[in-house]
Amino acid sequence: MRPNIAESVDATFWLVFGISVFLLLVVVVAMFYFIYKFNKKRHPVAEQISGHTGLEITWTVIPLILVIIMFFSGYYGFENMRNVPAGADSITVTGQMWKWSYTYPNGKKSDTLYVPLGKDIHMLIQSIDVNHSFYIPSMRVKEDAVPGRTNYLWFNADKLGSYEIACAEYCGLDHWNMYSRLVIIPQEKYYEWLYAKPDSTVSTTTTTTTTPTDSVKTSAGVTDTTKSKTDSVKTNKNDSAIKKDSVK
Amino acid sequence: MANGTIAGQHPEEVSFYEYDGKRKGIMGWLLTLDHKRIGILYLIAMLGFFAVAVSMGVLMRLEMLTTGETIMKPQTYNSIFTLHGVIMIFLFIIPGIPAVFGNFLLPIQIGAKDVIFPRLNLLSWYLYIIGGLLAIISLFTGGGIMDTGWTFYVPYSIRTTTNVSLSVFAAFVLGFSSILTGLNFITTIHRMRCPGMTFFRMPLFVWGLYSTAWIQVLATPIVGITLVLVILERFFGIGVFDPNKGGDPLLYQHLFWIYSHPAVYIMILPAMGVVSDIIATFTKKDIFGYVPIALSSLAIAFVGYLVWGHHMFTSGISDTSRVIFSFLTFLVAIPTGVKVFNWVASLYKGSIDMRAPMLYVMAFIIVFSIGGLTGLVLGTLDTDIHLTDTYFVVAHFHYVMFGGMGLLFFASLHYWYPKMFGRMYNEKMAKFSCWVFVIGFNVLYFPMFIMGYLGMPRRYYDYLPEFAPYHIVATVGSWIMVLGMIFMFANLIRGLYNGPRATENPWDGTTLEWKVPSPPPLENFDKIPTVHYGPYHRDWEDDRNEVVKEKH
Ligand SMILES: [Cu+2]
Ligand SMILES: [Cu+2]
Repeated sequence: MRPNIAESVDATFWLVFGISVFLLLVVVVAMFYFIYKFNKKRHPVAEQISGHTGLEITWTVIPLILVIIMFFSGYYGFENMRNVPAGADSITVTGQMWKWSYTYPNGKKSDTLYVPLGKDIHMLIQSIDVNHSFYIPSMRVKEDAVPGRTNYLWFNADKLGSYEIACAEYCGLDHWNMYSRLVIIPQEKYYEWLYAKPDSTVSTTTTTTTTPTDSVKTSAGVTDTTKSKTDSVKTNKNDSAIKKDSVK
Repeated sequence: MANGTIAGQHPEEVSFYEYDGKRKGIMGWLLTLDHKRIGILYLIAMLGFFAVAVSMGVLMRLEMLTTGETIMKPQTYNSIFTLHGVIMIFLFIIPGIPAVFGNFLLPIQIGAKDVIFPRLNLLSWYLYIIGGLLAIISLFTGGGIMDTGWTFYVPYSIRTTTNVSLSVFAAFVLGFSSILTGLNFITTIHRMRCPGMTFFRMPLFVWGLYSTAWIQVLATPIVGITLVLVILERFFGIGVFDPNKGGDPLLYQHLFWIYSHPAVYIMILPAMGVVSDIIATFTKKDIFGYVPIALSSLAIAFVGYLVWGHHMFTSGISDTSRVIFSFLTFLVAIPTGVKVFNWVASLYKGSIDMRAPMLYVMAFIIVFSIGGLTGLVLGTLDTDIHLTDTYFVVAHFHYVMFGGMGLLFFASLHYWYPKMFGRMYNEKMAKFSCWVFVIGFNVLYFPMFIMGYLGMPRRYYDYLPEFAPYHIVATVGSWIMVLGMIFMFANLIRGLYNGPRATENPWDGTTLEWKVPSPPPLENFDKIPTVHYGPYHRDWEDDRNEVVKEKH
């Protein structure tokens, strides 16, 4: 079993945070103490001290060691993040202005990311228009969707539930509203859904890049049309993007 | 104004404000070749742009006060955060300290009469103004106000119908202003130092300017050409960044950050020089570790070139390059730490006079340390994946940039105010506004760290309800902070009219600018000084008086 990504990211975070707080305290406590102790009232005549080689070496070497520790703790977490476990389920996510859509191995498509509990999920990330960034905050993973390339990330679907998916790379008017949901469901339910009839009518051919480029063109020159759309989007948002998914 | 107000014929008898050369009145300013007048011109223009950008920040915070629409629509919000970023970065933070205080003080601090190319210096100011005007014109022409964010990422910047081309061209022109200023400063420092002013006797402010100038000259052309490519892509679809034509959107990000990461150091290095000068003055002692501080500026400037990839950890660049960029990013922390530790050590056994500029610098050390240390989690490979492009980054760079460069711009303004204007502001008010500013600053930006960790992405017009408390606190913080700035500038402006006259050396400073009248005469020195000691040397009062007497 691979280490849990979210847990290891948080562990690194708190390690680096701890070191940072320690360094901050060293600086701030020393500063306040000196300001108090060597105030001109208490210490009217300054002593001319122009440096100390030993100290310079100390505060070069100790931070260097700390920095190497922090680097490696991040590196180990990162190695895990970038090496997709064998046997992971691959799902393609396509970003466009301004929605995410998911394509499953059998060609089925959806706007909500359903995944089976307990599986490792390998996301192949693409974009058909501008840069987006596929971000699942609770899983601590993120990777940009860049036109012309397929990026990836993976995570383990370890707990039932529904989680936010956001777009983290600015992509225009409705960037803020490009929320989607990750829904982790029991395996039986997942496969039942995956092979269910109604949705799977879409296609069995490869579908990832077939979205017409024309619609993209129009969405590029959006300013006017979307301005009128804005209000409806606002109201939409609380219903659609944020609402709990009922699939459980 | 040590020399009173004689309407003198000899430039050395009156201050540079009163001396009219060939031209009088407004033309005496617009066609001036005097580095001090050019510095003041920059100051006036820059404070104007700064005020605009701050107002936009306040409007953004106001929009974020409540979920849903508070005062503006998404398109407006996107334009406003773009303008806020573009104006702050290109018109205030990057040129700020070198253009204003560098111009005014660099020649005086190295004992020169002016910069080496005064005409080029004036040209730089005009390029700055033209760039600023183009940016303003772009607001009212074309397809509307640019909405790309200050990073102009392709493909969005190529697709959007808003007026990107002109705004980007404005940034291109501003780049030339920056390059020419850098060139001027490097040459001035190499060629114009007075007798005895060796490199290691230069004030640390000059070292900061020197390191910065090299980055300006070497890195700015890269962003210039990148921005031209964006314009060509928009007009002719040349395809450099378009994957359908064999281009690559990531190429843009590389080119942009190859400049824009070092630009972070353009923003902060001169400011760090100010810290050293101010600490030496108000502790009444030599700075601790002069040589390490000076060399760490160069080290930061050098390593800073090699870390741009840390802005692209999630972009899809190779894993190997991410690992290398992370490691190099951590290395920049070392010289930065060296500076901070030396500053704190400089307080040791000093005789600390906590005047307003010193208070600003102490606030800077705390705020900047928080900003710098939160950079560590962003440089760490796995945590950055989670935190990048969230409010955590927004908080981090505001702590570093605004808490760093911004606070030090204010510190410089208070420190060199008597030298520049020949008057004094109200000390108590200056300290009070510093407190208000710093409290507001932390109330504004600290909640953003928490929001970012909880997963609030940046550049969002709206937010999920669970982020509401943090946004409300941050918005209230913005009001407090702005109040602090209003107090600060009201006090400074009032001092121009009502402040008591400043003496030549009100702070008991040791660098050369404190040995000329306040404000200085046209060519600064009636006789070029000779320097016998390091910039912060104090043990030789009598000796120094001899040196000063020799001149007369
Ligand atoms: Cu987006
Ligand atoms: Cu950077």
